[in-house]
Amino acid sequence: MIREQEDIIIQTICRFFIPFMQVYGLYVLVHGHGSPGGGFQGGCIFAASFILMAILYDLSEVKRRFSEKLNVVFFSLGVFIFVGVGWLCLLLGGNFLDYGKLSKILPADPVMARYYSIAVIEIGIQITVMAIMVSIFVDLLTGGEHEGAAEEEDAGSNSK
Amino acid sequence: MIWQLNLMFLFFAVIAAVTAVSVKDLLSAVVLLGAFSFFMCLLWTEMGAVDVAFTEAAVGAGVNTAFFVAAVSKTTRRTKD
Repeated sequence: MIREQEDIIIQTICRFFIPFMQVYGLYVLVHGHGSPGGGFQGGCIFAASFILMAILYDLSEVKRRFSEKLNVVFFSLGVFIFVGVGWLCLLLGGNFLDYGKLSKILPADPVMARYYSIAVIEIGIQITVMAIMVSIFVDLLTGGEHEGAAEEEDAGSNSK
Repeated sequence: MIWQLNLMFLFFAVIAAVTAVSVKDLLSAVVLLGAFSFFMCLLWTEMGAVDVAFTEAAVGAGVNTAFFVAAVSKTTRRTKD
């Protein structure tokens, strides 16, 4: 539905902006526990770079770089990181997401363990939010009927 | 915190919201909702809630507008009512 852009202004601006947006998303992530920002905002900015890529190229280019299978892996990985840190705290004798207990296995005192563990769960939040935002955009744009899905089903039935 | 500035941003936000509801063109309504999000973002920044304003700028003005444009492109551009 979205065709590849012929306009040189849109091409130049998008090619210029996409790397900066991704670096800015990572900046927001790593400064999230000291200043405004964090995993959710950083993930939204990162997803906006993929949306801009879908506007610049067509949707199949985004799917080639960031396929649906990779998307499922990413948003599962983010939830896994978040809940994994929480359960690690439970296993070490604290409450759920009680980061101070992680000082038993990290080479840091409880205050610094809490500081760095927040960064770790923010990474999980960022990965999940980015994958879900891209997934929502692709679903809205294609009406849930992916162009690659039929081919994958054909390939799957052939391999069986 | 300057209350005159707050009142001005609130005024613009209300105008953008009312216009977004009453306009017939759905794509214009999407752009007006983006403007509404931007004015709410300015209002929250002015009130000192920088984190909320940042979320509003990233989600409300950035990603939501793209989502609504994608949704409008699957339907008609003019409203029936």
